[in-house]
Amino acid sequence: MEMPQPDTLVLSRKAHIVQRLQKVLPESAVIFEEQEVRAYECDALTAYRCPPMIAVLPGSTTEVSAVLKICNEEGVPVVPRGSGTSLAGGALPTSDCVILGVARMNAVLETNYEDRYIRVQSGRTNLSVTGAVEQNDFFYAPDPSSQLACAIAGNVAMNSGGAHCLKYGVTTNNLLGVTMVMMDGEVVEIGGAYLDSAGLDLLGVICGSEGQLGVVTEATLRILRKPEGARPVLMGFDSNEVAGACVSDIIKAGVLPVAIEFMDKPCVEAVEDFAKAGYPEAEAVLIVEVEGSETEINDQLAKIKKIAITHKPVELRESKSEEESAAIWAGRKAAFGAMGRISDYMCLDGTIPVSELPLVLRRIGEMSKKYGLKVANVFHAGDGNMHPLILFDANKPGDLELCEEFGAEVLKLCVEVGGCLTGEHGVGVEKRDLMLTQYNQTDLDAQMDVKDVFDPKWLLNAAKVFPLSSSDDRRAI
Amino acid sequence: MNLKTETDIASYVSDAYASGCKLRIVGGGTRQSLGNPCESEAVLSTTGLNGISLYEPGALTIVAASGTPLADIEAALAAEGQRLPFEPMDHRGLLGSSGTPTIGGVVACNISGSARIQAGACRDSLIGVRFVDGTGTVIKNGGRVMKNVTGYDLVKLMAGSMGTLGVLTEVAFKVLPAPETKAVLLMEGLTDATAIQALSKALSSPYEVSGAAHVQKGLDGDPVTMIRVEGFEKSVSYRIEKLRKLLTSFGESSIEIDPVHTKAGWKWVHDVEGFANQTGDVWKISVKPADGPKVAQKLPEAECLFDWGGGLVWALTPESTDIRKTLQGISGFAERVRGNTQNTSPARVAQNAAIAKIEHGLRTKFNPKGILNAGIMG
Ligand SMILES: Cc1cc2nc3c(=O)[nH]c(=O)nc-3n(C[C@H](O)[C@H](O)[C@H](O)COP(=O)(O)OP(=O)(O)OC[C@H]3O[C@@H](n4cnc5c(N)ncnc54)[C@H](O)[C@@H]3O)c2cc1C
Repeated sequence: MEMPQPDTLVLSRKAHIVQRLQKVLPESAVIFEEQEVRAYECDALTAYRCPPMIAVLPGSTTEVSAVLKICNEEGVPVVPRGSGTSLAGGALPTSDCVILGVARMNAVLETNYEDRYIRVQSGRTNLSVTGAVEQNDFFYAPDPSSQLACAIAGNVAMNSGGAHCLKYGVTTNNLLGVTMVMMDGEVVEIGGAYLDSAGLDLLGVICGSEGQLGVVTEATLRILRKPEGARPVLMGFDSNEVAGACVSDIIKAGVLPVAIEFMDKPCVEAVEDFAKAGYPEAEAVLIVEVEGSETEINDQLAKIKKIAITHKPVELRESKSEEESAAIWAGRKAAFGAMGRISDYMCLDGTIPVSELPLVLRRIGEMSKKYGLKVANVFHAGDGNMHPLILFDANKPGDLELCEEFGAEVLKLCVEVGGCLTGEHGVGVEKRDLMLTQYNQTDLDAQMDVKDVFDPKWLLNAAKVFPLSSSDDRRAI
Repeated sequence: MNLKTETDIASYVSDAYASGCKLRIVGGGTRQSLGNPCESEAVLSTTGLNGISLYEPGALTIVAASGTPLADIEAALAAEGQRLPFEPMDHRGLLGSSGTPTIGGVVACNISGSARIQAGACRDSLIGVRFVDGTGTVIKNGGRVMKNVTGYDLVKLMAGSMGTLGVLTEVAFKVLPAPETKAVLLMEGLTDATAIQALSKALSSPYEVSGAAHVQKGLDGDPVTMIRVEGFEKSVSYRIEKLRKLLTSFGESSIEIDPVHTKAGWKWVHDVEGFANQTGDVWKISVKPADGPKVAQKLPEAECLFDWGGGLVWALTPESTDIRKTLQGISGFAERVRGNTQNTSPARVAQNAAIAKIEHGLRTKFNPKGILNAGIMG
């Protein structure tokens, strides 16, 4: 992975910078020994690693502001970090950077059930946001599979989604406000516990900006009352095409399930070996979940089953109990783990128009033969967000490169059929160099203009999102 | 000037950029008086850009040119049993304007309606834009798929930017199935504070409320509180009954299920029709729902209408009073939506200096000579 040349002047001043940081942070919050900074050398895209120069773990917005002020004055690049679960290398350091981790900032600042919001420090994990309100039967809707570990900071930066976003939307649709520290240390409040703000939708552009515009230290999030119940139905089909058509028909019929998950045969087989979820032998499996009271659930499932039957499913299994529901979900939830057990894999994240599903799955199958690498598909079918998992052997020379080439071809296909490179994981370094397949230079310039406004010196996470060649001039300033 | 394509718009703006000619962007012209007065020397009309270029009901997506009448889009969706999720309000009655609202105008002003409380605002359903910036350059962002985090989200930035960053030429939306039925729970005679508590209780229930409003003066002059649920018939009758039981401590209630009445009644609230023929300024105030009644309390001379569970207050106030000072101490924002032209205070002001600086920076990038809708956002 090509990264910008480290700034030798910055590296040569490391001791001085450490000293300045130690003046504004507790001693344990400034990490600079070589063995210790190694803990921050990568995120969940482990193929790329680079220890940072320094890592800091501030405990408050004021401390974050003090750190950024120093880094700004010293011209030190900063890479914000939540829990380091990015699959796109969003939190990958450069050797001359300060990693600014918000993990220590995990407090709940306010919960308000009457007005239905919660305000948290951004280092709080996604699941523990729901954890803080579930005793009152509330929840925070966006639910990335990594929710046990990932932080709200990363969710906001990546605009993360989850299995239930067909109904509830992704992070940006559930975010009401943030406290953000600008690179020069200025603290800005954007949005709040009310719905509309004056002026431009800055919150909208901050969410999903991958840590390039400012460091988010607090967030106000919408919380919702839990539904009375939820129940999935499992369906097996003869072919991916038929499963795809069934998804489309369900949506057209006006039923809006909370989740429609799709797994193809290679995925189902791996999951069966691992989780023994009792999935049927079928080319494609769908899990469709609906919510509501018993009557409402039955009514919706009846509608869904009626549609499914017209597509001649090889299996149609409605959950009859909590245990059966858990069993149906167990396989899906274990999918990544199951694949990880049999092989190294790369997880793609392109989105396609749902109508192109059969074509894209067929083409991926052909590519799999061409590259000699296996692929398993598991994804959010209702919204077209695919997650092909390409299996490779990290110990085999050349395999990673082959896998990346394969991945790039799949993503280009996603764009070609009208979709995009990434539906929820973000661009990071992983898809940075593919950006020009989706956008032209003018489109990218418009985005980089926004960065110029927020971070004129391009010190914040600057080597991500945009191809280095297209951001060269701006980074040089 | 007859601008029919994006290329026409681009070359028109590019000429204006060269000469420094200030343009007023006009779609259907039904919301022209929103925002601050605009300096302009020429009008740029988007109505030549007309038509739905893609609609896939099975993928819940629609793409249209910015000058397409909103009604055309709503009709195309209705034919497939779908709709725009955010229920854009119609400003014609309130503002006394005429014309045909366009989808581009809806996006430029981020127009939403009562459904915002559940389904989000216009910006939440918007998934792609094409626009011409203030130099005449064509820019695209987002696309036609509903999950997309590729690069920065300029789609949201464009929604509600009131033309100050560019002229929208194409917009794409995520749409939703239209409900089979609706029902509205009605309660009469509640005070503001009690009504907002009732709405809050309903919105905190699992019964998926899609509209929650309270008016101080209903059609017969008394306060009315309204809670709407939508969906499949069985589900709607189940939930509305549950809500009725949940709210018995707030007094008597009735249930309206007649589709004509529920639709007209809700439109009356949502388009703020009650203020249409009354004199006075109209303010739109966005606050925490529980602060809604406090807003009304601080404005004793005003008549108020609450939507979004209390979080949106429409206030009809005596002419030329700037209520922002009165409301200091309540967090949120207030914007004058209708006022007489003699007003000396701006309709909109920036939230704070830090935000104003960022906004100014963005405008300078996208609209460097300030030729698009100059001054409209302050
Ligand atoms: C097994 C697994 C499953 C996953 N499933 C999903 C899924 O279902 N849906 C999904 O959307 N994602 C998923 N992800 C991806 C990942 O979990 C998300 O992108 C998550 O939001 C990252 O959060 P984090 O706290 O770990 O952020 P990090 O990895 O630490 O950082 C991510 C990005 O956020 C920036 N950032 C971090 N903190 C801040 C801050 N305070 N201010 C500004 N920017 C900041 C970083 O610079 C970086 O660019 C999955 C990952 C794994 C490993």
